[in-house]
Amino acid sequence: MPEIIIETFNIKRIDILDEKGNADKSLMPALSDPEIKRMYEVLTLARTFDHHALSLQREGRMGTYASILGQEASQIGSALALEKSDWVFPSFREMGVYITMGYPLHMLFQYWGGDERGVKCPDGLNIFPVCVPVGTQTPHAAGAAMAARYKGDKIAVACYFGDGGTSEGDFHESMNMAGVFKLPVVFICQNNQWAISVPRERQTASKTIAQKAVGYGFEGIQVDGNDIFAVYKASKEAVDKARRGDGPTFIECFTYRMSDHTTADDAVRYRTKEEVDEWKGRDPILRLRLFMEKNGLWNEQYQKEVEEKAKAAVDEAVKKAEGIKHPEPKDMFTYTYENLTPRQIKEMREL
Amino acid sequence: MAEKLNMVQAINLALKEEMQRDKDVVILGEDVGRDGGVFRVTEGLWEEFGAERVIDTPLAESVIAGSAVGMALYGLKPIAEIQFMGFIYPAIDQIFSHAARVRSRSRGRFTCPLVVRTPYGAGIKAPELHSESTEALFCHMPGLKVVVPSSPYNAKGLLISSIRDPDPVIFLESTRLYRLTREEVPEGEYTIPLGKAKVIQEGKDITVISWGSMLHRSLQAVEGFDAEVIDLMTLNPFDEETIFKSVKKTGRAVIVHEAPKTGGFGAEISATIAEDAMLYLKAPIIRVTGYDVVMPLPKLEDYYMPTVERIRKGIEETMKY
Ligand SMILES: Cc1ncc(C[n+]2csc(CCOP(=O)(O)OP(=O)(O)O)c2C)c(N)n1
Ligand SMILES: [Mg+2]
Repeated sequence: MPEIIIETFNIKRIDILDEKGNADKSLMPALSDPEIKRMYEVLTLARTFDHHALSLQREGRMGTYASILGQEASQIGSALALEKSDWVFPSFREMGVYITMGYPLHMLFQYWGGDERGVKCPDGLNIFPVCVPVGTQTPHAAGAAMAARYKGDKIAVACYFGDGGTSEGDFHESMNMAGVFKLPVVFICQNNQWAISVPRERQTASKTIAQKAVGYGFEGIQVDGNDIFAVYKASKEAVDKARRGDGPTFIECFTYRMSDHTTADDAVRYRTKEEVDEWKGRDPILRLRLFMEKNGLWNEQYQKEVEEKAKAAVDEAVKKAEGIKHPEPKDMFTYTYENLTPRQIKEMREL
Repeated sequence: MAEKLNMVQAINLALKEEMQRDKDVVILGEDVGRDGGVFRVTEGLWEEFGAERVIDTPLAESVIAGSAVGMALYGLKPIAEIQFMGFIYPAIDQIFSHAARVRSRSRGRFTCPLVVRTPYGAGIKAPELHSESTEALFCHMPGLKVVVPSSPYNAKGLLISSIRDPDPVIFLESTRLYRLTREEVPEGEYTIPLGKAKVIQEGKDITVISWGSMLHRSLQAVEGFDAEVIDLMTLNPFDEETIFKSVKKTGRAVIVHEAPKTGGFGAEISATIAEDAMLYLKAPIIRVTGYDVVMPLPKLEDYYMPTVERIRKGIEETMKY
């Protein structure tokens, strides 16, 4: 009997906004002018936050921090496709997602300052605490999606992770679960080309990360992660599809980590300046500005206002975070269980 | 000539010398190659021994440990690095279900001479899950050895012994000690046997038992007491003889560790003393440990760790008898 091909696949890649600010009208998602301006304002706010966080760390006013520089469009473009009622499972490099969802800025500074209270998600938001062990949040997304469907809630669950995260077993198990049960999850991979010092080629031999989804029976798509229109479009379609009950989607945002891995890292040890410079030219915020300028949505005055507003918000958040009283030592006991154990009660007396 | 090295450099030297001596020794883990490890413990080894022997793996602890098991079964001597002890959990199935058991399951036909190195413990104000001290989990698993150095000198000697050991060894490196002190670490091979504790300081009134970073606080806390201080170094199998000998002399024991108290390794030591040396005791055995809480973030870290003050209180308590 002859050999036959029983399966083939194609991976789509979406690019809408180029580096010069030209947008492909045929692919452009439906966005009003105020919506586009909101994109720009949140991008600016996130970058301002990030910049301040790095300087606070340098000044010894904050702990180790993972910068989002260069990845703002991937984070904000995807988060803008979500509703407040959707559930979000981030990793540790998603400050842009938190900011877009409306998470209080001062609490983010508080968390990175080493204070647990900063990840007590305010009521009305369903964004989970920063997840440090790589990839371990992905099963939660599958489970929450299953629960939402069981309860009849028409929500989507967004799950964020990096290119490195796709090597962990948890990631594959969650993708499989989502595929088998057609769960309402959107898996959002920020492929920023590096996992600390390990390049993307060391995580997988496959040509794209998007094609991982094929093995689990659902669609994987790659987008230019520095193009907020492409990220938004793919995310919006995936979120709508999840809400309709049409199952999971995997989105690979092809982007770049412009900073060191964290403030404890020195990327000069393992990557070239040329590579970093090349990506500088693909800045996600600059290209949106150029687009807006071409379309009469941007001028110097507006820029000044946006920057000042962002700076004021961040300054106030820093002030607020630094003004918060040091946590009480007893706090470390209080939340271990609903009730203290007899031994904890004894231990607390030692404080 | 012995040069003054910190613990990072001493471990690096042990790795380098063992790799020079034995072609079957390989290193694998996240960022261990080109980057030289996030703490620089493997610095220079990728350049010297190449990418085939110093392997930057994909980000996946289960396959780091599990493929190390496969390599060991095949006859290599893998040294797997898990970037922080808090990230070892995905690897536990491989370590517990396979590394620890394969000698037993194959009645000695296959063995697993590997080392899993991982930084542990609090004290450098690191992010969440970068400060764990879960040594007791590994001590509970028959088939595994657990080693915790306390100084640059013993780190080198213990690591060489661990690499040459015929069974799997979990080698825990205190992040707080990595760069805290320097001491003379000779070039060339020397070994410190596994399973043997060291009496760091002799004394008559009380025995203080500790390991890793807490040993240093214990040494500060015993000032003014006629205390015998034991550095356990190997937690499993641990040196009961040295402990008995000391406790029989002093009649008092304080055990210090930074892991939470409940189910911590101090419980094992305490029970062993109670079983075999009870009649020599003048006072209850006291454990000074971390609290039974989730390891807090940096702002509360100092309140979690046993302080010199708390250790001293524990000593004073037993000295009342
Ligand atoms: C299970 C686990 N292993 C190792 C680490 C240490 N670590 C933190 S981030 C990171 C790299 C993550 O790379 P990627 O998933 O691509 O995310 P990125 O940092 O690029 O955002 C590593 C190895 C960790 N946090 N968790
Ligand atoms: Mg990455």
